[in-house]
Amino acid sequence: MHIMEGYLPPQWCVFWYLVAAPFIIYGVYVLNRRVKQNRETLSLLAVSGAFIFLLSSLKIPSPVAGSCSHPTGTGLSTVLFGPITTCILSLIVLIFQALFLAHGGITTLGANVFSMGIAGPLLGYAVYRLGRAVNLNVFVNIFLVTAVADLFTYVVTAIELAAAVPLQGGFVFSFETFFAIYAVTQIPLAILEGVLIALVFKYIIQSRSDILVKLKVLTPDQIIKIMEGFS
Amino acid sequence: MNSRFLRKFRLEIIFVIVIVVFAAVFLFQNAHIQATAKPGQETWQGSDDLGSAAIESTGYHPWIAPLWTPPGNEVESLLFSIQSGLGALVIGYFFGYYRGRRECPKSP
Repeated sequence: MHIMEGYLPPQWCVFWYLVAAPFIIYGVYVLNRRVKQNRETLSLLAVSGAFIFLLSSLKIPSPVAGSCSHPTGTGLSTVLFGPITTCILSLIVLIFQALFLAHGGITTLGANVFSMGIAGPLLGYAVYRLGRAVNLNVFVNIFLVTAVADLFTYVVTAIELAAAVPLQGGFVFSFETFFAIYAVTQIPLAILEGVLIALVFKYIIQSRSDILVKLKVLTPDQIIKIMEGFS
Repeated sequence: MNSRFLRKFRLEIIFVIVIVVFAAVFLFQNAHIQATAKPGQETWQGSDDLGSAAIESTGYHPWIAPLWTPPGNEVESLLFSIQSGLGALVIGYFFGYYRGRRECPKSP
Protein backbone atom coordinates (compact mmCIF):
# COMPACT_ATOMS: atom_id res chain seq x y z
CA MET A 1 0.00 0.00 0.00
CA HIS A 2 3.00 2.26 0.11
CA ILE A 3 2.88 5.05 -2.42
CA MET A 4 6.53 5.67 -3.17
CA GLU A 5 8.33 8.99 -2.76
CA GLY A 6 7.47 11.37 -5.58
CA TYR A 7 4.69 9.25 -7.08
CA LEU A 8 1.94 11.66 -6.03
CA PRO A 9 1.80 15.11 -7.63
CA PRO A 10 2.56 17.86 -5.06
CA GLN A 11 -1.03 19.14 -4.80
CA TRP A 12 -2.21 15.64 -3.84
CA CYS A 13 0.57 15.30 -1.24
CA VAL A 14 -0.68 18.50 0.36
CA PHE A 15 -4.30 17.36 0.11
CA TRP A 16 -3.68 14.04 1.91
CA TYR A 17 -1.53 15.76 4.56
CA LEU A 18 -4.46 18.09 5.23
CA VAL A 19 -6.92 15.18 5.42
CA ALA A 20 -4.66 13.21 7.78
CA ALA A 21 -3.65 16.17 9.98
CA PRO A 22 -6.77 16.39 12.22
CA PHE A 23 -6.58 12.65 12.97
CA ILE A 24 -2.88 12.89 13.80
CA ILE A 25 -3.30 15.94 16.03
CA TYR A 26 -6.24 14.39 17.89
CA GLY A 27 -4.33 11.08 18.02
CA VAL A 28 -1.32 12.68 19.72
CA TYR A 29 -3.69 14.25 22.26
CA VAL A 30 -5.44 10.92 22.96
CA LEU A 31 -2.14 9.07 23.24
CA ASN A 32 -0.73 11.67 25.64
CA ARG A 33 -3.77 11.35 27.87
CA ARG A 34 -3.50 7.56 27.76
CA VAL A 35 0.19 7.62 28.74
CA LYS A 36 -0.59 9.87 31.72
CA GLN A 37 -3.78 8.21 32.98
CA ASN A 38 -3.75 4.54 32.01
CA ARG A 39 -0.17 3.43 32.52
CA GLU A 40 -1.08 -0.23 33.04
CA THR A 41 -2.45 -0.43 29.49
CA LEU A 42 0.83 0.74 27.96
CA SER A 43 2.36 -2.73 27.69
CA LEU A 44 -0.47 -3.82 25.37
CA LEU A 45 -0.06 -0.59 23.42
CA ALA A 46 3.58 -1.54 22.88
CA VAL A 47 2.57 -5.05 21.80
CA SER A 48 -0.04 -3.67 19.35
CA GLY A 49 2.51 -1.28 17.88
CA ALA A 50 5.05 -4.09 17.64
CA PHE A 51 2.59 -6.19 15.63
CA ILE A 52 2.21 -3.34 13.12
CA PHE A 53 6.01 -3.09 13.00
CA LEU A 54 6.45 -6.82 12.52
CA LEU A 55 3.63 -7.57 10.07
CA SER A 56 4.21 -4.55 7.82
CA SER A 57 7.83 -5.65 7.33
CA LEU A 58 6.88 -9.07 5.96
CA LYS A 59 6.51 -9.25 2.21
CA ILE A 60 4.39 -12.32 1.61
CA PRO A 61 3.75 -13.88 -1.80
CA SER A 62 0.10 -13.73 -2.72
CA PRO A 63 -0.91 -16.85 -4.66
CA VAL A 64 -3.87 -15.23 -6.43
CA ALA A 65 -1.78 -12.49 -8.00
CA GLY A 66 1.74 -13.84 -8.42
CA SER A 67 3.16 -10.81 -6.64
CA CYS A 68 4.24 -9.99 -3.10
CA SER A 69 2.58 -7.68 -0.64
CA HIS A 70 2.61 -7.07 3.07
CA PRO A 71 -0.07 -7.10 5.78
CA THR A 72 -0.74 -3.92 7.74
CA GLY A 73 -1.06 -5.36 11.26
CA THR A 74 -3.43 -2.61 12.38
CA GLY A 75 -6.30 -4.90 13.47
CA LEU A 76 -5.10 -5.58 17.02
CA SER A 77 -4.64 -1.96 18.06
CA THR A 78 -7.93 -1.03 16.34
CA VAL A 79 -9.80 -3.46 18.58
CA LEU A 80 -7.85 -2.67 21.76
CA PHE A 81 -7.25 1.08 21.48
CA GLY A 82 -9.45 2.32 18.63
CA PRO A 83 -8.65 3.85 15.25
CA ILE A 84 -7.34 7.20 16.53
CA THR A 85 -4.49 5.63 18.50
CA THR A 86 -3.83 3.22 15.62
CA CYS A 87 -3.28 6.24 13.39
CA ILE A 88 -0.30 7.36 15.49
CA LEU A 89 1.20 3.84 15.65
CA SER A 90 0.95 3.56 11.85
CA LEU A 91 2.51 7.00 11.45
CA ILE A 92 5.57 5.89 13.44
CA VAL A 93 6.01 2.75 11.33
CA LEU A 94 5.53 4.66 8.06
CA ILE A 95 8.12 7.30 9.01
CA PHE A 96 10.58 4.53 9.90
CA GLN A 97 10.05 2.83 6.54
CA ALA A 98 10.17 6.08 4.57
CA LEU A 99 13.45 7.22 6.12
CA PHE A 100 15.43 3.98 6.38
CA LEU A 101 13.95 1.71 3.72
CA ALA A 102 12.94 4.16 0.95
CA HIS A 103 9.58 2.38 1.23
CA GLY A 104 6.81 4.93 1.06
CA GLY A 105 8.00 8.51 1.34
CA ILE A 106 7.87 11.76 3.25
CA THR A 107 5.89 13.59 0.55
CA THR A 108 3.43 10.67 0.30
CA LEU A 109 3.29 10.18 4.08
CA GLY A 110 -0.09 11.91 4.37
CA ALA A 111 -1.67 9.61 1.78
CA ASN A 112 -0.08 6.48 3.28
CA VAL A 113 -1.13 7.41 6.83
CA PHE A 114 -4.66 8.01 5.57
CA SER A 115 -4.96 4.58 3.93
CA MET A 116 -3.14 2.47 6.54
CA GLY A 117 -3.69 4.41 9.76
CA ILE A 118 -7.07 6.07 9.28
CA ALA A 119 -9.35 4.61 6.58
CA GLY A 120 -8.56 0.93 7.22
CA PRO A 121 -8.78 1.09 11.03
CA LEU A 122 -11.92 3.28 10.90
CA LEU A 123 -13.83 0.78 8.76
CA GLY A 124 -12.37 -2.05 10.86
CA TYR A 125 -13.66 -0.33 14.00
CA ALA A 126 -17.11 0.05 12.44
CA VAL A 127 -17.10 -3.70 11.73
CA TYR A 128 -16.00 -4.32 15.33
CA ARG A 129 -18.85 -2.29 16.83
CA LEU A 130 -21.34 -3.95 14.50
CA GLY A 131 -20.03 -7.40 15.43
CA ARG A 132 -20.36 -6.56 19.11
CA ALA A 133 -23.88 -5.25 18.64
CA VAL A 134 -25.04 -8.52 17.05
CA ASN A 135 -23.13 -10.63 19.63
CA LEU A 136 -20.75 -12.15 17.13
CA ASN A 137 -18.15 -14.58 18.52
CA VAL A 138 -15.24 -12.41 19.66
CA PHE A 139 -12.61 -14.34 17.67
CA VAL A 140 -14.66 -14.26 14.48
CA ASN A 141 -15.15 -10.55 15.05
CA ILE A 142 -11.41 -9.91 15.45
CA PHE A 143 -10.70 -11.96 12.34
CA LEU A 144 -13.15 -9.79 10.39
CA VAL A 145 -11.86 -6.49 11.83
CA THR A 146 -8.26 -7.35 10.97
CA ALA A 147 -9.03 -8.60 7.48
CA VAL A 148 -11.26 -5.61 6.68
CA ALA A 149 -8.74 -3.06 8.03
CA ASP A 150 -6.02 -4.69 5.93
CA LEU A 151 -8.04 -5.00 2.73
CA PHE A 152 -9.65 -1.58 2.89
CA THR A 153 -6.20 0.03 3.30
CA TYR A 154 -5.31 -1.30 -0.14
CA VAL A 155 -8.66 -0.28 -1.65
CA VAL A 156 -8.03 3.28 -0.43
CA THR A 157 -4.50 3.21 -1.87
CA ALA A 158 -6.03 2.29 -5.24
CA ILE A 159 -8.48 5.21 -4.95
CA GLU A 160 -5.68 7.63 -3.98
CA LEU A 161 -3.58 6.64 -6.99
CA ALA A 162 -6.49 6.56 -9.45
CA ALA A 163 -7.53 10.06 -8.38
CA ALA A 164 -4.02 11.51 -8.57
CA VAL A 165 -2.51 9.78 -11.57
CA PRO A 166 -5.29 8.69 -13.94
CA LEU A 167 -4.14 6.20 -16.54
CA GLN A 168 -5.40 6.44 -20.11
CA GLY A 169 -9.07 5.53 -19.86
CA GLY A 170 -10.14 7.72 -16.94
CA PHE A 171 -10.69 7.31 -13.22
CA VAL A 172 -12.76 4.11 -13.28
CA PHE A 173 -10.30 2.28 -15.51
CA SER A 174 -7.38 3.49 -13.38
CA PHE A 175 -9.12 2.43 -10.21
CA GLU A 176 -9.71 -1.04 -11.64
CA THR A 177 -6.05 -1.31 -12.61
CA PHE A 178 -4.73 -0.22 -9.22
CA PHE A 179 -7.43 -2.27 -7.48
CA ALA A 180 -6.18 -5.37 -9.33
CA ILE A 181 -2.57 -4.60 -8.37
CA TYR A 182 -3.19 -3.80 -4.72
CA ALA A 183 -6.49 -5.11 -3.39
CA VAL A 184 -6.81 -8.47 -5.18
CA THR A 185 -3.26 -9.37 -4.16
CA GLN A 186 -4.20 -8.57 -0.61
CA ILE A 187 -7.17 -10.92 -0.14
CA PRO A 188 -5.19 -14.06 0.90
CA LEU A 189 -2.89 -11.96 3.10
CA ALA A 190 -5.85 -10.34 4.83
CA ILE A 191 -7.26 -13.79 5.68
CA LEU A 192 -3.88 -14.96 6.97
CA GLU A 193 -3.48 -11.82 9.10
CA GLY A 194 -7.01 -12.13 10.48
CA VAL A 195 -6.44 -15.70 11.64
CA LEU A 196 -3.10 -14.75 13.23
CA ILE A 197 -4.48 -11.78 15.18
CA ALA A 198 -7.47 -13.83 16.38
CA LEU A 199 -5.01 -16.38 17.76
CA VAL A 200 -2.90 -13.67 19.39
CA PHE A 201 -6.04 -12.29 21.00
CA LYS A 202 -6.60 -15.64 22.73
CA TYR A 203 -3.15 -15.35 24.32
CA ILE A 204 -3.89 -11.80 25.43
CA ILE A 205 -7.12 -12.96 27.09
CA GLN A 206 -5.17 -15.72 28.83
CA SER A 207 -2.43 -13.45 30.10
CA ARG A 208 -3.85 -9.95 30.62
CA SER A 209 -7.63 -10.14 30.82
CA ASP A 210 -7.43 -7.38 33.48
CA ILE A 211 -6.26 -4.87 30.85
CA LEU A 212 -9.00 -5.97 28.43
CA VAL A 213 -11.58 -5.21 31.12
CA LYS A 214 -9.98 -1.85 31.77
CA LEU A 215 -10.08 -1.04 28.04
CA LYS A 216 -13.74 -2.13 28.00
CA VAL A 217 -13.03 -4.65 25.24
CA LEU A 218 -14.55 -7.52 27.24
CA THR A 219 -16.52 -7.78 30.49
CA PRO A 220 -15.32 -10.11 33.30
CA ASP A 221 -18.31 -12.41 32.60
CA GLN A 222 -17.40 -12.71 28.94
CA ILE A 223 -13.80 -13.55 29.85
CA ILE A 224 -14.86 -16.32 32.23
CA LYS A 225 -17.08 -17.78 29.52
CA ILE A 226 -14.35 -17.62 26.85
CA MET A 227 -11.78 -19.22 29.16
CA GLU A 228 -14.20 -22.04 29.96
CA GLY A 229 -14.49 -22.64 26.22
CA PHE A 230 -10.75 -23.37 26.08
CA SER A 231 -10.43 -25.54 29.19
CA MET B 1 -6.12 -36.62 20.02
CA ASN B 2 -9.22 -36.39 22.15
CA SER B 3 -12.02 -33.88 21.86
CA ARG B 4 -10.72 -31.83 24.80
CA PHE B 5 -7.43 -31.23 23.01
CA LEU B 6 -9.28 -30.18 19.86
CA ARG B 7 -11.41 -27.75 21.84
CA LYS B 8 -8.54 -26.25 23.80
CA PHE B 9 -6.33 -25.67 20.78
CA ARG B 10 -8.96 -25.06 18.12
CA LEU B 11 -7.61 -21.63 17.17
CA GLU B 12 -4.07 -22.97 16.86
CA ILE B 13 -5.35 -25.84 14.68
CA ILE B 14 -7.25 -23.43 12.40
CA PHE B 15 -4.12 -21.26 12.15
CA VAL B 16 -1.91 -24.19 11.14
CA ILE B 17 -4.47 -25.40 8.57
CA VAL B 18 -4.68 -21.92 7.02
CA ILE B 19 -0.87 -21.70 6.81
CA VAL B 20 -0.59 -25.16 5.20
CA VAL B 21 -3.32 -24.39 2.65
CA PHE B 22 -1.68 -21.04 1.90
CA ALA B 23 1.70 -22.68 1.35
CA ALA B 24 0.20 -25.42 -0.82
CA VAL B 25 -1.60 -22.92 -3.06
CA PHE B 26 1.61 -20.90 -3.27
CA LEU B 27 3.68 -23.92 -4.36
CA PHE B 28 1.06 -24.94 -6.94
CA GLN B 29 0.79 -21.41 -8.34
CA ASN B 30 4.56 -20.95 -8.27
CA ALA B 31 5.09 -24.09 -10.36
CA HIS B 32 2.64 -22.71 -12.92
CA ILE B 33 4.28 -19.26 -12.95
CA GLN B 34 7.82 -20.64 -13.26
CA ALA B 35 6.72 -22.89 -16.13
CA THR B 36 5.17 -20.06 -18.12
CA ALA B 37 7.58 -17.23 -17.22
CA LYS B 38 9.77 -15.93 -19.99
CA PRO B 39 13.52 -16.27 -19.36
CA GLY B 40 14.77 -13.36 -17.29
CA GLN B 41 11.27 -12.30 -16.23
CA GLU B 42 11.08 -11.34 -12.59
CA THR B 43 8.47 -13.25 -10.60
CA TRP B 44 6.77 -12.46 -7.29
CA GLN B 45 7.45 -8.73 -7.50
CA GLY B 46 6.25 -6.37 -4.80
CA SER B 47 2.78 -4.91 -5.38
CA ASP B 48 4.12 -1.48 -4.39
CA ASP B 49 6.65 -1.66 -7.23
CA LEU B 50 4.00 -2.85 -9.68
CA GLY B 51 1.86 0.14 -8.68
CA SER B 52 4.79 2.49 -9.26
CA ALA B 53 5.42 0.86 -12.66
CA ALA B 54 1.76 1.34 -13.65
CA ILE B 55 2.06 5.04 -12.82
CA GLU B 56 5.26 5.40 -14.83
CA SER B 57 3.56 3.76 -17.83
CA THR B 58 1.48 6.95 -18.17
CA GLY B 59 4.66 8.95 -18.71
CA TYR B 60 4.61 10.25 -15.13
CA HIS B 61 8.01 10.71 -13.52
CA PRO B 62 8.54 11.02 -9.76
CA TRP B 63 9.25 14.66 -8.96
CA ILE B 64 11.37 13.93 -5.89
CA ALA B 65 13.66 11.05 -4.93
CA PRO B 66 13.96 9.51 -1.45
CA LEU B 67 16.62 11.06 0.78
CA TRP B 68 18.25 7.67 1.16
CA THR B 69 17.71 4.43 -0.71
CA PRO B 70 19.16 1.13 0.55
CA PRO B 71 22.02 0.25 -1.80
CA GLY B 72 21.02 -3.13 -3.19
CA ASN B 73 18.50 -5.84 -2.39
CA GLU B 74 20.58 -7.46 0.33
CA VAL B 75 20.83 -4.27 2.35
CA GLU B 76 17.11 -3.71 1.92
CA SER B 77 16.42 -7.26 3.17
CA LEU B 78 18.65 -6.59 6.15
CA LEU B 79 16.74 -3.44 7.07
CA PHE B 80 13.38 -5.18 6.70
CA SER B 81 14.68 -8.02 8.88
CA ILE B 82 15.74 -5.53 11.53
CA GLN B 83 12.23 -4.08 11.45
CA SER B 84 10.70 -7.54 11.93
CA GLY B 85 13.22 -8.35 14.64
CA LEU B 86 12.44 -5.21 16.63
CA GLY B 87 8.72 -5.97 16.47
CA ALA B 88 9.21 -9.59 17.49
CA LEU B 89 11.53 -8.56 20.34
CA VAL B 90 8.91 -6.28 21.91
CA ILE B 91 6.14 -8.89 21.48
CA GLY B 92 8.30 -11.64 23.00
CA TYR B 93 9.41 -9.42 25.86
CA PHE B 94 5.90 -8.55 26.99
CA PHE B 95 4.42 -12.03 26.51
CA GLY B 96 7.32 -13.40 28.54
CA TYR B 97 6.68 -10.78 31.19
CA TYR B 98 2.97 -11.67 31.29
CA ARG B 99 3.85 -15.36 31.65
CA GLY B 100 6.24 -14.67 34.50
CA ARG B 101 3.67 -12.47 36.17
CA ARG B 102 1.08 -15.26 36.09
CA GLU B 103 3.46 -17.77 37.65
CA CYS B 104 4.62 -15.40 40.35
CA PRO B 105 1.52 -13.33 41.13
CA LYS B 106 2.92 -11.50 44.16
CA SER B 107 5.57 -9.61 42.24
CA PRO B 108 4.44 -6.20 40.98
